[in-house]
This record gives sequence, C-alpha cells and structure tokens, in this order.
Amino acid sequence: MSEKTTSFYDETHTVFGHHHNKLLQWIFSIDHKRIAILYIIVMLCFFVLAISIGLTMRLELFFPGEQILTPDRYNQAFTLHGTIMIFLFVVPGIPAVFGNFLLPLLIGARDVSFPRLNLLSWWFYLIGCMVALVSLFIGPGFADTGWTFYAPYSVKTETNVIFALTAAYILGLSSILTGINFVVTVHRLRAPGMNFFKMPLFVWGLYSTAWIQILATPVVGITLILVIIEKTLGIGIFDPSKGGDPILYQHLFWIYSHPAVYLMILPAFGVVSEILPTFCRRTIFGYRSIAISSALIAIIGYLVWGHHLFTSGMSEWTKIIFSFLTFFVSIPTGIKFFDWVATMYKASIVFKTPMLWVVGTIITFAIGGLTGITLVTLGVNIHLHDTYFVVAHFHYTIFGGVVFMLFAAMHYWYPKFIGKMYDEAKAKIAFYLIFIGFNTLWFPMFFAGALGMPRRYFDYLPEFTIYHQIAGVGAVITVSGILFMLYTLISGIKKGERCGANPWNASTLEWQIDSPPPLENFKNIPYVDFEPYEYEKGEPKHNLYNKIKGVQNEN
Amino acid sequence: MKTNTPEIIYDKDGNPHEIVDFNDDYTASKLGFWLFLFTELMLFGAMFLVFAFFFYKMPDDFQTASGNLNILLGGLNTFILLLSTYFMGIALIHLREKDIDKCKKSIYITIALAFVFLVIKYIEWSIEINHGIYPDSEILNSKSNGEILFFGLYFTMTGFHGIHIIAGIALMIWVLILINKKIVNNKKYVILENISLYWDLVHLVWVFLFPLFYIIGLGG
Repeated sequence: MSEKTTSFYDETHTVFGHHHNKLLQWIFSIDHKRIAILYIIVMLCFFVLAISIGLTMRLELFFPGEQILTPDRYNQAFTLHGTIMIFLFVVPGIPAVFGNFLLPLLIGARDVSFPRLNLLSWWFYLIGCMVALVSLFIGPGFADTGWTFYAPYSVKTETNVIFALTAAYILGLSSILTGINFVVTVHRLRAPGMNFFKMPLFVWGLYSTAWIQILATPVVGITLILVIIEKTLGIGIFDPSKGGDPILYQHLFWIYSHPAVYLMILPAFGVVSEILPTFCRRTIFGYRSIAISSALIAIIGYLVWGHHLFTSGMSEWTKIIFSFLTFFVSIPTGIKFFDWVATMYKASIVFKTPMLWVVGTIITFAIGGLTGITLVTLGVNIHLHDTYFVVAHFHYTIFGGVVFMLFAAMHYWYPKFIGKMYDEAKAKIAFYLIFIGFNTLWFPMFFAGALGMPRRYFDYLPEFTIYHQIAGVGAVITVSGILFMLYTLISGIKKGERCGANPWNASTLEWQIDSPPPLENFKNIPYVDFEPYEYEKGEPKHNLYNKIKGVQNEN
Repeated sequence: MKTNTPEIIYDKDGNPHEIVDFNDDYTASKLGFWLFLFTELMLFGAMFLVFAFFFYKMPDDFQTASGNLNILLGGLNTFILLLSTYFMGIALIHLREKDIDKCKKSIYITIALAFVFLVIKYIEWSIEINHGIYPDSEILNSKSNGEILFFGLYFTMTGFHGIHIIAGIALMIWVLILINKKIVNNKKYVILENISLYWDLVHLVWVFLFPLFYIIGLGG
C-alpha cells in the first residue's frame, strides 16, 4: 500500500459545491467522516472543560467547609459539569462521532442517507453548545438546578435556567436529526446481501439508539419548553398553587431521560462487540442474542422511568411495578455480558489498548450494573436515594461504561481515522492510570453514600472527610491519566507510524478500505454474503481489500 | 456514479443486485420524513398527556373553562384547516399531472387559508386577552385551579399549533420557489409530498385540539 492515495482529508463535498478555503471546506463539508471529526473536536474541548470543573469540585470537597467555591458557585459548578457531560458529551458522544464516521463504512455505504441534514445536526450541536456557554458569562450565571432541572426550583431560581434549557433543547433537536438519519441509512443503504443479521453489532447498537433518539427526545424537548413557558408566562402546569404538579415534571423528564441512559450505553455496548472478536481472534459468541438484546434494552428502557421517583410519593403498587420492570432490564444486559465473557473463554486474546479498555469496562460496568440492582430494590432505595451511592453507581455505569468505551473506540478506530498508529506503550500507561484513578475516585463513594453522605452537598460532616480525600486523590490521578491519553493520541497524528488498511486484522467492512478512507468510501461496493466476525484459525475468513478497492488481484 | 443508470453488482451465483445511491433516494426521503412526523407526534403527544392528566383530575373546572371559548370561531377554523388540506392534496395531484399552474394556484389557496386560520386564531386570543384571561393574569389567577390550567394549556397548545402553521406557510413558500426553479417537478415531487404530509399532521393535531378545548364545554 505504498502508493499515495487521496483520502477524505484531501478532497470533500461541501454544501456549496467546491471551496478552495480549507476552513470552509471543513465547516461546510457534507462528508460523514469530516462531520464526525468536527464533532469530536468540539466534544473533547467541552469534555476537558467539564473534567476541570469536576476536579474543582473535588478540590473544594477535599476538606469540610468552604475552600475555593461559595455554595452558590458550587451549585452552578455541578450543574455545569452535569449538563456538559450529559448533553454535550456522553449522549451525542459515540453516535455522533463514531456513528457518523463508521455507520456507512460498516454497512458498505458511501455516505449517510441525508448528508446535508447530517451537517445541519452538527450546526445545531454547535449552536446548542454556544448558547450554554454564553449563559456562563451573562446575567446571574449558569443554572444552579442540577442537570435534571427539577421544577419547582428551576421555575423559581434567578439563574440563567432558560439559556440552559434552550441549549438542551437545541442539542436534543440535533440528536433527533442524527437519529432519523441513522435509521433511514440503516434501512436504505446497507450493501446488497447484508440483511439485518449480517450487520456488525455496533450498527445494531446505533440503530436501537437512533430509535430512542427519535421517540424519546421530543418528550424531553417539550418538557423543557414547558419549564421555559412556566418561567416566563406562569401557566401553572408545575405550580401547585395553581393546581399544577411538580411531580409531573419528574415523570415527563424521566420518560425521556431514562431511555436516554440506554441511549448512552447501547452504542458503547456496540463498541465492545466490535472490539472483542478482533482481539480474541474468533467469532463473537451469540451474535443474534447480542443484537436482539440491544433492541430489547431499548424497548424496556422506556418502561422504567418511575424508579427515579420512588421517594416522590407514588402509590405502592406503582413503585413495585417500576421496580420489577427495572430488574427486567438486567436480563438483556446480562445476556450481552455472558456472551462477551463466553467469547473470551479459551480465546487467544491480544491485549492491545482497545482490548484493555474493554476488559476494564467489563469490570467497572459490572460494578455499576450490580449497584443499580441494589438501588432499584425498593427498601434499599429509600435509604440510598440521593446519596453518594447514586453518584458512584452513576459514574461507574456512565464513565466506566460509556466513556471507557468512547476511549476504547478512540484507540480502536484511531488508525482508520488518522491512518497512523498511536504509541501503544504510552496508551497502556494512560489506561492503567485512568483505571486506577477511576476506582480510587468513585469506589469510596459507595461507602460514603451507604453511610448517609447526600449528593450535591457543598459541605459535609467531619466523619466523611476520609472518603472525600481518597476520592480527591483519585480525581487527580484520573485527570492526569486522561490528559496523558489525549496527549498520546494527539501526538500520534504527527509522530505515529503509518499503518495499513487493516492493522488489527479485523473482519468488518471498514477495515477493507484504505486508512484514512477515501471520499465516498467504497469504489466498488461489495456483495455481503458473509457474516461479520468470521474467523478461521485466528485469521479473518474474508479478505476483500483488493475487491472493494477495485484493484485487479495481483496474484 | 452521477449517471441515472443504477449501479449493479453481482453475487457469487451471478445474480444482479442494484445499489441504492444516497443521492435523490425517494424512499429514504419519505421514510425520513415519516420519522420526523413521529417526533412531532411525540411532542404533541406529551402535551396531550399533560392535558389528559389534568382533565382527569379536574373535569368540572375544565368544562366550565371550555364554555368560555368561542366554539363558532373554533369550528370555523377546523373547517378552514380541513379545506386547506384538501387544496394541498390537490396541488400534489396537479403537480404529478404536470399541471404546474393549477398546482401553484392550489398552494396559493392553501397559504391563504392558513393565513385566515391565523387571523381567526388572533381574534380568538384577543377576545380572551381583552377579557383579562391570559397566563398569570389577575383575573385568571382568581379563578379555580382547573380553569387556570385549562387556559394555560389552551394558550400553550394552540400557540404551538400556531407556530406549526407558520412553519407550514414558510415551507409552502419555499416549495413554490422550488417549483419555479423547476427543482420540484412532476418527476421529483418528494418535497411537496412531504410538505403535504406535514400539513396533514398539522390539521390532524387541530382535529384533536378542537374537541378537547372547545367541545368538552358543551357537556356542562
């Protein structure tokens, strides 16, 4: 592969045809791969901002009493941290970046169904980010409600809640458009011969996610708008003095936001299912059960929102039903985990960095998932509700699941994005730093929470000092690990060694074309008469490289 | 790949398979728009859910409040909207039959009817507001909880519907421009088709809003 090929970095389609200006070529590009890169740049900037806010909060909590933040600022800090992490980073993260880049490659398409709409989604995303940022600097400052914007406080508070809500609404719109694009792409643009059960599992994850985006996001959108209308006009829907019901807000909010949790984790599970077979050198165990469990998680995910409201005053029967349904989610999730472990059983595993992240996430997400079972048990929930136990559980699933998988994806598809390789040894050090830091940071919180440390508190009783201090040390380790990882990845762009089309010897379609891929991906679209992840004696069964590139076979 | 002949590949047995191109994919455009309409349904659906929740809690207050609305104007608006949908559909038929002039005329009539709808809505709102009934007004706040919520929801939901009407007008003007530029024609009409689908949704939402806000008052 020594000949110089033109990749999507060299040429592109834009909304207005062709541009000579390099910058305009990027921000008006309708190529799905460029849009993915636009997303990741903005996203990582906000991620770094959000972790620095998180670190600030940890430093504040290092000793009891006031250190560097006033209580009001602390409230704004955790709201900003949560809002950025959820709405700007974790929810769009894997689908917008890796979904955009890989979905067409994985199903053998030249682009998504609506390339212009795809760019529009990014623009909406950027506008949403800007609106959120602006509210930091004007008026009384960023919202102090927590990322859930619970009424009635969000209606009463003087801070810029309206800005934050508008931002979340615009980001939701962006997410809906991406979802529509992906569903249509999967239905229309699969390469001939690729039926649903020949799609790579990451595509299954994205497809299930896209449906949640389409069906759930509008509900939160209108809910947020109702809060805005309540704040500006006082229509009374969430105001008990006018007959309204603040609990109604919680219902409406979680009808979306609980499915949104699965919206975050399903693509992450998809990433695991891509990486495992490649580094285990064998077909994934239980392909169909993994695929169907994604859809099942998406469906059941709609029915469990009530478990956020156990202490809000619901009828006992409702609580029991919601508790039962929530237990039910663990079944398809468990199926996935057993399939992954079965794939690794007696496999000859290659422990490259992406695989390390996968193993790491199997550990951390298992802890997060099992503590989720603890939390959804009714009696226990009353005790643990709104304590640090929830904070720990949440970060074990979302950071230990979604963000770890985002990191795994960043390493696994790095050669496909860049065409070069990162420094393996440094990347491994970064993994161990983050993994150790992560567990030091959040594991003590399970104890603090069980002993009664409430979440979102600015101050605490002296007996909790030790947990906060261990967590503080963990935070510093985690942040330095993340920065080291980003440094490793970014320096690989310049210094990395060129890699071929398929450095991991993987079996799915995206590895069968050049790295980085050319504009419009496939010269000749393949006929897919094989399953994904077919391995024979540790090697991929199909090598389509020349066939898809349209080069005559030399031998 | 910019040619009109579809790209074909062959499987091992030599059977031909057509490759779907992502440009100008009629089915994709339709499917995508249907999905978008789903999101609209979820958006209005959530508001209907809120309405149902409060209606169930305070049915008597809701009936009393509903009695204050002008059912004649509301009914007239229902008629106007249904009529406009008819013309929207006719426009599509004319376009398919290459009758561009009649198509454009039908769209003009639809736009005009949509404006009439908005004007009547404006008159209705003005009447309420002149009576001192608007969100958070003193007169409204002195009424029962159910009535406050009824009018809160009335202004919110009809307001949202109104925004959709305005968006519809903008879309129709856009499609007129595209027809003039011959981008939308009797071969490529998916944009007009989607806009008329959208207009169907807008009138369908109104068909639910009308009985919920206007007719329940008759029961009292």
